Amino acid sequence: MATQKHTIVALVLDKPGVFNRISSLFRRRGFNMESIAVGHSELPNISRVTIVVDGSTVQVEQVRKQLEKNIDVVKVTDITLRDTIIRELALIKVHANSTTRSEIIQIVDIFRAKIVDVSGDSLTVEVTGDTPKVDTLYKLLKVFGIKEIARTGCIAMTRGDNASI
Amino acid sequence: MKMTGSQILCESLIKEGVDVIFGILGGSILPLYDTLTEYPQLRHVLVRHEQAAAHAAEGYARVTGKPGVCFATSGPGATNLVTGIADAFLDSTPVIAVTGQVATPFIGKDAFQEIDITGITLPITKHNYLVSDAASVAQTVKEAFYVARSGRPGPILIDIPKDIQVNPVEFDYSAKLVMPGYKPTVNGHPTQLKKAAKLIAEAQRPVIIAGHGVIISEAYEELKELAEKAQIPVISTLLGISSFPGSHILSYGWLGMHGMAYSNKAIDACDLVIAIGMRFDDRATGKVSGFAPRAKVIHIDIDPAEIGKNVKVDVPIVGDVRNVLRSMNKYIETMQHEEWMAELEELRAKHPLSVPDCSDKILPQYVIHKICQATDGKATVVTGVGQHQMWTAQYYTFNRHNGLLTSGGLGTMGFELPASVGAAVGRPDEDIWCIAGDGSFQMTMQELGTIAQENLNIKIAIMNNGYLGMVRQWQEMFYGKRYMATPLGGPNFVKLAEAYCIPALDVKRREDVEPAIQKAKDHEGCFLLNFIVEPEENVYPMVPPGASLAEVMETPRKEVLTWPRKSTL
Repeated sequence: MATQKHTIVALVLDKPGVFNRISSLFRRRGFNMESIAVGHSELPNISRVTIVVDGSTVQVEQVRKQLEKNIDVVKVTDITLRDTIIRELALIKVHANSTTRSEIIQIVDIFRAKIVDVSGDSLTVEVTGDTPKVDTLYKLLKVFGIKEIARTGCIAMTRGDNASI
Repeated sequence: MKMTGSQILCESLIKEGVDVIFGILGGSILPLYDTLTEYPQLRHVLVRHEQAAAHAAEGYARVTGKPGVCFATSGPGATNLVTGIADAFLDSTPVIAVTGQVATPFIGKDAFQEIDITGITLPITKHNYLVSDAASVAQTVKEAFYVARSGRPGPILIDIPKDIQVNPVEFDYSAKLVMPGYKPTVNGHPTQLKKAAKLIAEAQRPVIIAGHGVIISEAYEELKELAEKAQIPVISTLLGISSFPGSHILSYGWLGMHGMAYSNKAIDACDLVIAIGMRFDDRATGKVSGFAPRAKVIHIDIDPAEIGKNVKVDVPIVGDVRNVLRSMNKYIETMQHEEWMAELEELRAKHPLSVPDCSDKILPQYVIHKICQATDGKATVVTGVGQHQMWTAQYYTFNRHNGLLTSGGLGTMGFELPASVGAAVGRPDEDIWCIAGDGSFQMTMQELGTIAQENLNIKIAIMNNGYLGMVRQWQEMFYGKRYMATPLGGPNFVKLAEAYCIPALDVKRREDVEPAIQKAKDHEGCFLLNFIVEPEENVYPMVPPGASLAEVMETPRKEVLTWPRKSTL
């Protein structure tokens, strides 16, 4: 069965153990989670979770239903086929010396990323964008030597007037 | 008025209609047990192992339809519950497990008998709670009972630290439940109901598959109405047995690995499956790609996640079985499927459920058939897991609703005796027959102590073949007859029973079977029968693992005996 990446958005109660319930479900049912991002939502005591999962449409529908069965999960929507804005943020600490520094800054400018920290032999870059953009920047910076990278995982929202979920 | 956490728990249980608790105490649950002395209306049944507490709660829940309650202490007490909780989870049984926990300041310190039981039971409960203050006990219990019994029922665990059991707070049970993440769909969507009715009207060769959901929602009359109105044969799942009277003219056996050959062949031949309150378990469907290859599928279930999980569905209907059938029956027209019924009768005559005709030996099938006759098919029958379970499902014709308690999803050996305890407490005035295997029985036989202490009316029939029989059968068929670790010694079961002051008999000759059953039946109270049965008898029919239902194997023996079937309403 053809698999593709799906973006799932869930509203969950802000209670201890909820994150554990969600991740344990993925592990137990053998669903492959690419990333998960959690934060407060516009509603009190409700968090918003964005999960990117790899699988066939049937599998992902099963993921969605299993998630929704959880009593602490309020609602789950697969927004893959909708017009969405998907972003993630990455911090990349890259090797830089006097000869490479300006080249790195040029690349960073092209990606409309930011230098957020400078030291003797490194630059720390902050980049926001969809996953391919972050991946491409990472690939270009790799030749200079990456010291460290931290990524948030995707968050997503549909375009237009209506709420995603 | 202020009450302690323990008092609040007891008050809340009473408000939820609880009258019996199965359990064993220990250090972390002592304050709660001390409080039980103030509540004589809460009967406590002391079991001999926590696993039995959970199974007894299941047995009680399954015969009464009310959540069963079990108590255990922290650490090993809690972990011993795990098998029973998992069993309840897979068979959608409402069980409330209350565990003591070390006092709040000790949590996370690896204190004596501390274990993260909410973490351990996370994937095997419908929901679980670690209570963080006495003020939330009432709300937690209220929510737990609501969740356990509504929607698709399931087990709930409530872990209560020792200090919270003694902390005094105000008791208030009036707060409304606010659960934005839990709204079970109970009524079928009208559009779907009409679509289903249309498929039923068009079908030439329809079958109903009746599952556990029919029993849970007590939709017996609604199922019967549908079957009779549209003349559709009813095939049940293992857990759906006794959702429809076994002697009814439209009763057409049960499907799956050891279901009747004619039932499995009917599934293969049908053009419409109306699946009601069942989940297309792999033991029921055989090879999924070969399941009902000519049929469209209507699937009625309260759990939306079951729809399309294993089998592709043409008309899904999410809702409570009883509500759905009630609404759907209005759209069903009276129909006759004479050709199909004739074909099915021919199929049944050609592939009957049969047993080898060896009159000198005791065959387990014969014993179960005789128990069925002696009890008129109306006893509550509880089984363990293995060959005896399949023979019971095959040869006991259930003519009462909700008569069979068996571990279907988890397949827990040792389920029979403790579940019988719960069944006997829940149906005190009825005959409870515990049909056991000698292997299965030995896993939980310490519960003879509970039965003796509570003086429960349970008739125990052990099908003693000296093997872990179902595994031996697989070794015979698929592992070159290498009987590794399946020959099984046992105690002298009669002496064992007598040690608990339970009368018992060995039955070694075929002519003694009927009198022995009668003797046990006439005895007031528990009686144990140890039937020494044919050791290497196999369960047939059998759908080999990986095969489709149509490839069902029937008994290879030539001389067979079939018992006449009453085809009456």
